[in-house]
Amino acid sequence: MRFTTAGSVDDGKSTLIGRLLHDSKSIFEDQWESLERSADLAGGTEVNLANLTDGLRSEREQGITIDVAYRYFATPRRKFIIADTPGHVQYTRNMVTGASTANMALVLIDARNGVVEQSKRHAYISSLLGIPHMTVCINKMDLVDYNEERFREIREAFYAFIPRLDIRDISFIPISALKGDNVVTESANMPWYHGPTLLSHLEDVYIASDWNLKDFRMPVQYVIRPHTDEHHDYRGFAGQITGGTLKVGDQIGVLPSGDRSTVKSIRTHNGPSEEAFCPQSISLELEHNIDVSRGDTLTSFDNLPYTTQDHDAHLCWMHEKPLQLGKKYLIKHGSRITKVVFRELVNKIDVHTLEEVHEPIGMGLNDIGRVRFKSMGALVYDAYKKNRYVGGFVIIDEASNDTLAAGMLRSPDKPQPVPDFTDYVI
Amino acid sequence: MNQYKLTHLELLETEAIHVMREVAAEFERPTLMFSGGKDSIVMLRLAEKAFRPARIPFPLLNVDTGHNFPELNEFRDRRAKELGAKLIIRTVEDALAKGIATQVPGEISRNRLQIPTLLAAIEEFQFDAAIGGARRDEEKARAKERFFSFRDEFGQWEPKKQRPELWNIYNGRLLPGQNMRVFPLSNWTETDVWEYIAQENLELPHIYFAHEREVVRRKGQWLPVNDLQPPKEGEEVKTLRVRVRTIGDIMTTGCIESDATEITDILAEVASARVTERGGRADDKVSESSMEDRKREGYF
Repeated sequence: MRFTTAGSVDDGKSTLIGRLLHDSKSIFEDQWESLERSADLAGGTEVNLANLTDGLRSEREQGITIDVAYRYFATPRRKFIIADTPGHVQYTRNMVTGASTANMALVLIDARNGVVEQSKRHAYISSLLGIPHMTVCINKMDLVDYNEERFREIREAFYAFIPRLDIRDISFIPISALKGDNVVTESANMPWYHGPTLLSHLEDVYIASDWNLKDFRMPVQYVIRPHTDEHHDYRGFAGQITGGTLKVGDQIGVLPSGDRSTVKSIRTHNGPSEEAFCPQSISLELEHNIDVSRGDTLTSFDNLPYTTQDHDAHLCWMHEKPLQLGKKYLIKHGSRITKVVFRELVNKIDVHTLEEVHEPIGMGLNDIGRVRFKSMGALVYDAYKKNRYVGGFVIIDEASNDTLAAGMLRSPDKPQPVPDFTDYVI
Repeated sequence: MNQYKLTHLELLETEAIHVMREVAAEFERPTLMFSGGKDSIVMLRLAEKAFRPARIPFPLLNVDTGHNFPELNEFRDRRAKELGAKLIIRTVEDALAKGIATQVPGEISRNRLQIPTLLAAIEEFQFDAAIGGARRDEEKARAKERFFSFRDEFGQWEPKKQRPELWNIYNGRLLPGQNMRVFPLSNWTETDVWEYIAQENLELPHIYFAHEREVVRRKGQWLPVNDLQPPKEGEEVKTLRVRVRTIGDIMTTGCIESDATEITDILAEVASARVTERGGRADDKVSESSMEDRKREGYF
């Protein structure tokens, strides 16, 4: 189970993670000694749980988290991967990165301040990146006398904002990360709260349905050719299934070429198999000797993906060099790399108000907006909303090779022609 | 639909295989770092799975510090032979002789000296990607590491230059001279590694299991006694039943007292361990930022 934490600088996010690790007994003695040593040096008396997560020297010096940090802990019931992302507006790109693979977003709100701009931004980004579950932790309840009214007020304020988001599942938990209330152990200070503690909520959330198991999609990543006597003509098309399930004997299509064939054999991590499903990394053989290579997408015939050169997407810009309309960039989508040109900046999200700003002047670091663009080769995709792993892409600078932006494809405005599939005649 | 579900370990495996294949597809001359240690043994299995029925499409590389446990080297050579894989070994000894690496007076561990040796090997073979077994849970500075860790012309790791990684999309594009360190086990923990070894029934060098060994107590650790590391005056040599939890330089790798003879014993030990895996490695204790500093210089 993967979750992101997002919080403003002083929401106590690092303290909360420290608390989860500490109370679930995932902190080791030498880490604790190192914390105590730092506390001694700083002249403080209390160990700073935040120092567990702020790993880089520049972060400790500035007392802030700069980059996405990954943390691991386990309880007897579940293993967890935390993508700890900084809350500051200038680090929106890290929030987006952490959110891309998360099952759940943990949004932290300081009970004294209520729903502030940053909490809204975190919720917005989590929704834009399609995180299926959201938990709003109303923290520092100890500083508002564990007051139920205050909790309700904040929850109402958050609900008022929710209709603008696309969230499937949301929970609210009143906690104090510093004192440990409702993080791992139930709080005696808030008898009015009858829900689970944060940890037991994390353990219970049902995440198996977070993957799209409906429409089969697999970008061909690599072609396995053993060149041995035993496997003389073997061609294994390898890749990670990004949607749906597959069985030996299934008819599949190859896009964008429009060829079709039948699945002859499947190999999963456990060896030969009769079936496979998302998100397994597999390889498969086809019945027919057709041209398939890296960058192609294998698909089922129900609900075909879009195959087009004109695209509409949300973009999060992640680099100091701003977006230039009309300039050529590289796009990496699935296993395909091709060129793109951005033609139109439709709108930009004001990261403070979360209102759409129409006809914006430009797009720079940490901006989120909607763009229209054209690709040199056709991209084969579903809307990001339908499948995160089929609708996401990154933009790469042709000269420096830096990753400049991440994008989420939307359904095209115009109805799309259904691709013609060539029946392979033996 | 319930059967379409992967366990946590299977998810980690599928992710690591995806990363291995991405390396094979996007790079011209990748190599897989193989020391014979437990993490690299897991990597080797993942590479086998990623490409079968074909052979692993890259050579294996090991930087031999000259301070390796002899049991480890024996294991490394044998496994490479069994797989029919090409094994490239470059030694710190040789790098010192050629002046590629220079020892600082008083420096006991050869951990730091691996850096220039590795960088020279990368240059010699023109490797554009080196797959390593580092994990994010090992150390604080590693917690922010990418799967595809970008290194400039000098092999340096610059935290600010690292590329955002979203979904399962990795940007492996390089300019001449630059290279990539790739860490398929990024999201694995020590427990995951041991569980996988148990699940796949992987063979390990026997020093991971309890054995009798002569050790001395130094700086709160049991250090192995050998030709390179004779006991100092006043130190009492003891024969204890020990095992190693992580393998580094023989001079600084602490042994732990243990009776674990089976993987299941080790799993129980890891589950109840109260110090981190690298807690037994003096190279990380030099300062709070020692891992960060070594990584900046080109450590993997």
